[in-house]
Amino acid sequence: MNSLVQTENLSKTYTRGTQHVEVLHSINLAIEEGDFVALMGPSGSGKTTLLNLIGGLDAPTGGSISVGGERIDQYSENALAKWRSGHVGFVFQFYNLLSTLSARKNVELPLLLTRLTGAERRERADIALQLVGLAERAVHKPAELSGGQQQRVAIARAIVSDPTLLVCDEPTGDLDRQSAAEVLTLLQQLNRDHGKTIIMVTHDPKAAEFAHRILNLDKGTLVDVAERPAA
Amino acid sequence: MASGRGNRWRRLLGWLGVWALVFCGLLVLAMLPGWSLPVLLLPLALWLLLTRTGRQAWSATQVGIATIPQRLGSSSVVVVGIAGVVGVLVALLAMAAGFAATLKQGGNDETAIVLRAGAQTELNSVISSETVTLVSQQPQVQRGRDGLPIASGELVVVAALPKRTTGLDANVEVRGVSERAWELRPGIRMITGRRFTPGLRELIVGKRAREQFSGVDVGSTLKLNGQPWQVVGEFEANDANDSDLWADFGVVGPTYRRGNSATSVTVKLTDAHAFETYAAALAADPRLKVDVRTTRAYYTEQSASLTRLITALGNAIGVIMAIGAVFGALNSMYAAVATRTREIATLRALGFRSTPVVVSVMLETMLLALLGGMLGAAVAWLLFDQYTASTLGANFTQIVFAFRVTPELLWRGLKWALAMGLIGGLFPALRAARMSVTDGLREL
Amino acid sequence: MKYLQLVLAALQRHKARTLFTLLSVAAAFLLFGLLDSVRGAFSGAGSTVAGLNRLVTVSRISFTLQLPKSLLERIRAVPGVADVTYANWFGGIYQDQKNFFPNQAVAGNFIDAYPEWKLSAAEREAFRNTRTGAIAGALLANKFHWKLGDKIPLQGTIFPQKNGSNTWTLDLVGIYRIADPQQRGQENALFFNWDYFDEARAFGNGNVGWYVVRVADAKNADRVAQAIDALSADSDHETKTQSEHAFQLAFVSQFGDIGLIVGAIMAAVFFTLILLTGNTMAQAVRERIPELAILKTIGFTSSSVLGLLLAEAVLLLLLGGIVGVLVAGVVANGLQLSMGITLPPIVSSVAVWLRALGLMIVIGIIVGAMPAYRGLRLRVVDALAGR
Repeated sequence: MNSLVQTENLSKTYTRGTQHVEVLHSINLAIEEGDFVALMGPSGSGKTTLLNLIGGLDAPTGGSISVGGERIDQYSENALAKWRSGHVGFVFQFYNLLSTLSARKNVELPLLLTRLTGAERRERADIALQLVGLAERAVHKPAELSGGQQQRVAIARAIVSDPTLLVCDEPTGDLDRQSAAEVLTLLQQLNRDHGKTIIMVTHDPKAAEFAHRILNLDKGTLVDVAERPAA
Repeated sequence: MASGRGNRWRRLLGWLGVWALVFCGLLVLAMLPGWSLPVLLLPLALWLLLTRTGRQAWSATQVGIATIPQRLGSSSVVVVGIAGVVGVLVALLAMAAGFAATLKQGGNDETAIVLRAGAQTELNSVISSETVTLVSQQPQVQRGRDGLPIASGELVVVAALPKRTTGLDANVEVRGVSERAWELRPGIRMITGRRFTPGLRELIVGKRAREQFSGVDVGSTLKLNGQPWQVVGEFEANDANDSDLWADFGVVGPTYRRGNSATSVTVKLTDAHAFETYAAALAADPRLKVDVRTTRAYYTEQSASLTRLITALGNAIGVIMAIGAVFGALNSMYAAVATRTREIATLRALGFRSTPVVVSVMLETMLLALLGGMLGAAVAWLLFDQYTASTLGANFTQIVFAFRVTPELLWRGLKWALAMGLIGGLFPALRAARMSVTDGLREL
Repeated sequence: MKYLQLVLAALQRHKARTLFTLLSVAAAFLLFGLLDSVRGAFSGAGSTVAGLNRLVTVSRISFTLQLPKSLLERIRAVPGVADVTYANWFGGIYQDQKNFFPNQAVAGNFIDAYPEWKLSAAEREAFRNTRTGAIAGALLANKFHWKLGDKIPLQGTIFPQKNGSNTWTLDLVGIYRIADPQQRGQENALFFNWDYFDEARAFGNGNVGWYVVRVADAKNADRVAQAIDALSADSDHETKTQSEHAFQLAFVSQFGDIGLIVGAIMAAVFFTLILLTGNTMAQAVRERIPELAILKTIGFTSSSVLGLLLAEAVLLLLLGGIVGVLVAGVVANGLQLSMGITLPPIVSSVAVWLRALGLMIVIGIIVGAMPAYRGLRLRVVDALAGR
């Protein structure tokens, strides 16, 4: 199949001492390249867990995940790390940025893992910052930026190494209405104009409206899959 | 703006005030004698228990202390850091004190020692037998029951013996003494064996010398200048003489080809006030070229430079270590204040004013510092009190001494600990006091 | 190094804490620099290449006892001996007891035994030919502003003169210099003519304090030493001949086990330092667990994160430690200028730096290991969830 992301019977069980908690049961889903998916569900439904698995931050206990044709469920920790650096960009609700680095240096972080020179890294970071509309804030530290601006810098960092997949966990959870709208509009733009595939976990239906389709999770299983007409 | 500049001046003045406070606190601390600690604690305890601010401070302190188990790492930094400083300081000062004490023990104001003029130690001194007689016959010298002066012309020579610890040779003092030597040093008693027989090549060994050197146990034979001598007894003097070997003056001289010349004359004066007259009489006599001192003055001089050196070294090392420990304490206490931001803000919101908060942080730091000080002092006392060592004395011979961890030294160590606690706690305490309530409650 | 900026940024996160820790580290290494130098002084750090060819002969019982001058020619006749010279410790005082410096009465050819000391041929000649002549090291001459031709009075403390006076007046005819900075301290001495000394002193005439023997080949040193001692066996002036270095070590060992004392102090200092910086690092890492998790999500491997944390600890130690050693050098300089105490060089000594840097790196690794391990083990998923 041509899906970018494909999971088959994916399950994840956590073991706490003698207790086994199965967080995800046999998830089967496929996400095409260029899609913008919102992952919704009540608290404890396993959406963050699913996101972490797709993003290569965690390994499943059963089933398989294939991203871009690679079976990441079979990768070791180090292999996953290497895979992540080129193929996925992350945006989290909190803690995205290193407080002691400027916006530009934060955006350059993923590029430290490549062989680019300092000048090349700077150039790419500036392009990414321009894309998210924060070129003039390049030298500011996170403490000098608003919540919305910090998230946009996080997005710039997530795309700076040009990954195909963007994984976002409640990116607007901590923002006010207007900043949230700015961030979501940016994500939409990245998806529409630059072909980025985006998977976003959110509990806010208004945020989910920005996506193409919504996946609902409840107690570890996909419930219904609602299609939304392409915007 | 005018008020802006005024603010800056006030802040500057505030800082100056704080530093002045620190300076005064340290001065006061430095001057406190040992018994004053409980005396000072009493008004503090009363203030904590009886006044409202005091009670607030006490409860704030209790809250703080209750959280120490959660901050075990950073609290132990304060305790162990200060313990290290106090331990090293007390150990080094105990070395100096022990050395000085060992030497000073042998001296008092009623006994005087005569050396050749210009000689600093017996090593450089040569006194002819005529001079010995002249010096002993002075009226200020006490007469014994037989009517003869209690004076002893003595000859100090050097022998080489292997040190037990290193196996290498070191120099030991051999003192040729006359019969009067025993009367002059009433503190001496034989532990094993017997006194040497005058006229024979017999030695008695001081307790410390026997501990430090091999080949001088009672019954063994030594070679002095190629001739065999026998060790017939061991004595204890509780002063520097314990590092020596004693023999008959009349036999030592010929063995070392010194004839009957002495290196010193020790005399017992009629009373403590006779010294000045005695010294004047000796100076007035044109036949005599001698220097005379009380034995107290002589031994104090001998230990002076080494004691000063070790004391200065101990203080210098202590200061440098203390700087390190204070910065460690500052780190810990600033972190402590930061982690308890919410608690402190809550207390302030409840109505606690700045003073109790400052006092509580100070008390907590001083308590940790005191703990560290006691730990360091205890370790120093356990490891080093009565620890014997030997070093080069004034005659280039070994003097064996024991470290002395005195209560005075322990108290000094505790004072250093409190001083470090004062500095390490004051600045974080002020930070805690200046913290804005709303910031704290927002728990950033 | 591109990762360096990450490490530096981490240290700047909490500037006050980093500064305090740096100062603590600096204090510890200040002590290390000074104490290591003192230990070096006592372990005869002053052994030189030229010194390998020199033997010292003293009385077997104690170097405070004198030897007959008649031994001179007998020693010179021993096979393997290139030259012999002799000296007596004088211990005179110049103006004030506080101005103490070593001064000795020496034979005319004494300085020839020390080829590493530079003295012009003219000055050597002058010393040999001037009865009351004296030579002093450049350091000493500068300290007291002496010039060639100055008259220098010394007060005798050990040897009174036959004429009853205690003042020995010397003429400064030479100033010697030492090139090796490690040996520069030896310029702090004065030597005058033994003949003047022996003629004028009231007793002990015809006896010397010790002999300095130059051997033709250092390989034969032991054999020559034994042969020299055999000359005086079973006499009343038995000798002990050993290499200059061995003699210095034996002398110093009589002061006590300085190495042990210094070692014990440094152990206490470094133990508390490890505790202190360990705590700082642990705090720093604890605070940054979420940030470290982010780095892992970006694709930094566990070992990279470990490396970053170790680098942080080592950098902390290096920065503070280098400052500490440099300050130790300044303090040592100050001691030399103010009190005339010369310690073996600190800042210019490669050996000291190697030891110090080695310690900094080892302590940095020890201190960083525990928190770095925690960084290695952290599960991104847990860290981001705030667990």
